[in-house]
Amino acid sequence: MELDALRNRYLAAVSGAGDEAALEDVRLAALGKKGEISALMATLGKMEPEARKAAGAALNVLKDEIDAALRAKKAALSDAALDARLATEWLDVTLPGRPRPRGTIHPVSQVTEEVIAIFADMGFAVAEGPQVESDWHNFDALNIPPEHPARQEHDTFFMARADGDIRPPHVLRTHTSPVQIRAMEARGAPVRIICPGRVYRMDMDQTHTPMFHQVEGLALGHDISMAHLKWTLEEFCRAFFEVPSVELRFRASHFPFTEPSAEVDIRCSWAGGQLKIGEGDSWLEILGSGMVHPKVLAAGGIDPTKWQGFAFGMGIDRIAMLKYGIPDLRAFFESDLRWLRHYGFSALDMPTVAGGLSR
Amino acid sequence: MKFTLSWLKDHLDTSASLDEITEALTDLGLEVEEVVNPAARLAPFTLAKVLHAEQHPDADKLRVCRVLTDEGEKQIVCGAPNARAGITVVLCKPGDYVPGIDVTLGVGKIRGVESHGMMASERELELSDEHNGIIELPSGQVGQKFTDWLAENRPEAVDPMVHIKITPNRPDALGVRGIARDLAARGLGEMKPLKVPAIKGGFASPVRVEIDPALKARGCPHFAGRTIRGVRNGPSPDWLQQRLTAIGLRPISALVDITNYFTFGLNRPLHVFDVAKVQGGVLRIHPAKGGEEFLALDGKAYALREGMMAISDDAGVESLAGIMGGEHSGCSDATTEVFLESAWWDPITVAATGRALKINSDARYRFERGVDPAFTLPGLDLATQMILDLCGGEASEVAQDGAPLDTTRAYRLDPARVVSLVGMEISEATQRRTLEALGFVLDGDMATPPSWRPDVLGEADLVEEVARIASLTRLVGKPLPRAQAGVPAPVLTPLQSREKAARRTLAALGYNECVTYSFIDVGSATLFGGGSDAARLENPISSEMTHLRPDLLPGLLQAAARNQARGFADLALFEVGPAFSGGEPGEQALVATGLLVGATAPRDPFGSRRAVDVFDAKADVEAVLAAAGAPARVQVGRKVPGWWHPGRSGAIALGPNVLATFGEIHPRVLREMGVKGPAVAFTVQLENLPFPKAKTPTRPALTISDLQAVERDFAFVVDKGTEALTVVNAAQGADKALIERVSVFDQFTGEKAEAQMGAGKKSLAISVRLQPQDKTLTEDEIEAVSRKIIEKVTKATGGTLRA
Repeated sequence: MELDALRNRYLAAVSGAGDEAALEDVRLAALGKKGEISALMATLGKMEPEARKAAGAALNVLKDEIDAALRAKKAALSDAALDARLATEWLDVTLPGRPRPRGTIHPVSQVTEEVIAIFADMGFAVAEGPQVESDWHNFDALNIPPEHPARQEHDTFFMARADGDIRPPHVLRTHTSPVQIRAMEARGAPVRIICPGRVYRMDMDQTHTPMFHQVEGLALGHDISMAHLKWTLEEFCRAFFEVPSVELRFRASHFPFTEPSAEVDIRCSWAGGQLKIGEGDSWLEILGSGMVHPKVLAAGGIDPTKWQGFAFGMGIDRIAMLKYGIPDLRAFFESDLRWLRHYGFSALDMPTVAGGLSR
Repeated sequence: MKFTLSWLKDHLDTSASLDEITEALTDLGLEVEEVVNPAARLAPFTLAKVLHAEQHPDADKLRVCRVLTDEGEKQIVCGAPNARAGITVVLCKPGDYVPGIDVTLGVGKIRGVESHGMMASERELELSDEHNGIIELPSGQVGQKFTDWLAENRPEAVDPMVHIKITPNRPDALGVRGIARDLAARGLGEMKPLKVPAIKGGFASPVRVEIDPALKARGCPHFAGRTIRGVRNGPSPDWLQQRLTAIGLRPISALVDITNYFTFGLNRPLHVFDVAKVQGGVLRIHPAKGGEEFLALDGKAYALREGMMAISDDAGVESLAGIMGGEHSGCSDATTEVFLESAWWDPITVAATGRALKINSDARYRFERGVDPAFTLPGLDLATQMILDLCGGEASEVAQDGAPLDTTRAYRLDPARVVSLVGMEISEATQRRTLEALGFVLDGDMATPPSWRPDVLGEADLVEEVARIASLTRLVGKPLPRAQAGVPAPVLTPLQSREKAARRTLAALGYNECVTYSFIDVGSATLFGGGSDAARLENPISSEMTHLRPDLLPGLLQAAARNQARGFADLALFEVGPAFSGGEPGEQALVATGLLVGATAPRDPFGSRRAVDVFDAKADVEAVLAAAGAPARVQVGRKVPGWWHPGRSGAIALGPNVLATFGEIHPRVLREMGVKGPAVAFTVQLENLPFPKAKTPTRPALTISDLQAVERDFAFVVDKGTEALTVVNAAQGADKALIERVSVFDQFTGEKAEAQMGAGKKSLAISVRLQPQDKTLTEDEIEAVSRKIIEKVTKATGGTLRA
């Protein structure tokens, strides 16, 4: 009976302890070296073996019970203290996160990478060349002799010539075609390349800028035909515009560097002012193409009796405008931060054939 | 090139519809730009008959008519004086749009009387300027469509006009007949024969012609003409005026209209001289000496330059050969004796003269592309006959010098090669038939192009003709086999991959990519080490774009200034592109440039915002260099170009090879570029980074020590000009095996520091991490390394360990 009173007293003391210090006092009073239960334990040695066994077991049960109560109370006190602290640590989580700048990729770069991704899958390498060109590479080698009317139509920028320098003036390349010549010279045949890059024409109005971007393609082999050209462009357009199918129309035309030459239209609709590729009753001219002229092959050091193939060219800025609905070419080169942010792409939007070209 | 359907049908016997014709033209390479079909705007109108007309009760000049229409009897109020019972009229009903008055009709009340439509005058339907009364038709049934009546009785009024774009290789299509020939070859009809009359001259031409020997070989191989006397000039007949008007030409007089008719109908430009005004009886074709004054038919005076081809009489230059006639000897209504010129001019010479004098004319446009040299005399005869028919008179014998240029040449037709190139099955018979329909003469496998096709200069041109006529629209795509079967190999060159990595890294760091022009103004170019004559454009499009850019920074700074003007103060812009060191091909280098302006962040509750500084630029340039594959160990020098802040900029280099430059932009440059600072930037020379010698995906093995690493901190008092890198390198040199890393973790500098440590001093604190390799370090060993570090640093810097 004495033990029951002891239990009740200590359990009440445990539950009444208001903080960890009070609880420690209770622990010391009960279970400390000089505590009441420890003192009772010390009396066991003087007892008869039978009595000691019974009293010892009872004391141990009591000790464990009080110890458990102490631990539980300690945990409860600690939780309550943490809750109280956390309650004071309230922050306004509607405040903005720390600023982190968001960069963008220009549509010209993005679309260039899209074009490269598609043609790389078809085995086309990427060739580059100088933007200041000799007039031979820009014109003569492409079957545009000095008197050719097409030369006037190119609105060429010329580099100034120093007095006494009698060479014909260099030009800012008017198309990326001279890269084809350089690629033929460097790589020979067979060859499959595309050449993206800046080109320059003396034209500035609503729809023209004196600098813009082109990508041209060249494929040479023993039996490459215009039918292969059409398939290649169909595949490109289908993949680039990310539509299930496209329809292209070849129209006979004239470029000095290809023969036969064709302008290529793509079927589209303008319903509601929105361009949709691959459906509708309208045709949109998107590129020029043809079979490489034998004189151009010869200029590139390739035997036109052994090799044949196709070439094509289109405006990167233009297909970017068509695909992404960008209205004004001039804005491409104005670096207006609002435009860059609106039409730009995330650093991680990397176009791949596997993952898709755009999000 | 414009023509009308009826004009085309003069040369082509066809039953094809307008749509079939225009579709074929575009497919043939004669791209249709515009079709104007007058029938379209007259489509709603029908014929009606006035049954009864009486005076309007309230208006003197109005009549109330009962009109029989296809919808029964209608009441119409009409103000025309000729509105009377019995006449057949053209009816416009309520709801119809009337083009001449730009009104859509409704049911109206005119002075209290209802009117259900109107009866139209010629002007109201844009048929002519006639507006004295309503149209009275001499025939026609009530309810008949007015366009049908016109087609039957006045076909020219509903003659559709077609405007096509002619590529520079097709001078033959600059005449209606050439267009007809293409359509006939396509199978859209038969060519009608062109009958050239035999003109018998009744007398010797009082005007003779002489070609200067210098021009006979090149310039003017053949010049022919003929005098026609007793002509009556005046307005040309309606049909001719209507044709010219339909294609946008202004009728002038019969003689002039006839020359224009031949220019557009047969691509045979002609000129007429008033014989009464030709002095001396001889027209000389000669190269100009230079300085001759010439008043052209466009009313402007031109000074000829040496070598330009002129036609002169005793009084001086009367015509600029192949380009434009002269005002002085031009024909007028008073002309009674005319000299008709038909000549062949060298395309290159005409083009050069036209370009130099900036004269654009229909004649120049044709001669510089190529006119049929074999048609000079037939054209003269045809035109002579037309003058005789329309103006009367008597023709002389032909006066001519030189002879038609012989352009005969032949190329081999290889039908198998045609099929191989085009990728379409076209039978040999079809190929031959196509070429023959276009005027080629085939002899065995050799094809001789017709004289009107100067563009055909090789076998490839035969392929183009066959393909074009066969129709490229019919071409069916054929898969292009992969060059190698299987997974395609990567195609980008190391430099291309590097460019992409630099660009993506910069965007990931928060920069917005710009594409700025490759040319800038001379002032900006000069600020950045450019602006030389070698990089100058001969013909810039504006004063802002005169020189190739020597660097990408001026373009980005201009962009920054524009954005600041729009209220954007904090900017992170970059560009990857070419910078030009000169004006020769290849004097360009690929660079990546970043520019930070203003603050690092917008204002926020945490105080994140601070001004950008050189270490922002340095961190970013290091990130770009790492992404682009630069080696980890580089030198940082202070030799930088003048547009950088001299004390706050650096060059990252491998020996003499500068990989990148970074720092604050020089405040003077910022001011000149109109940018409000602070502004820091960097430029990475992407082509200067070395490429790894051998590419392998394998990484070196990772060695990790299980032994505890030890960190020790040291603070040194050094001169304030001492660079941190000197301290770091010295410490690193104390024990290369044991010291894994040395990093600067504190810098104490400024007034307070000098007060504590002495004038001109600062403190730099470094942390050194020791990584033992084979056994744990003892305290004594650590002490030994520490002493060595202190010794090395104090020796290298002259500083002391901070107490």
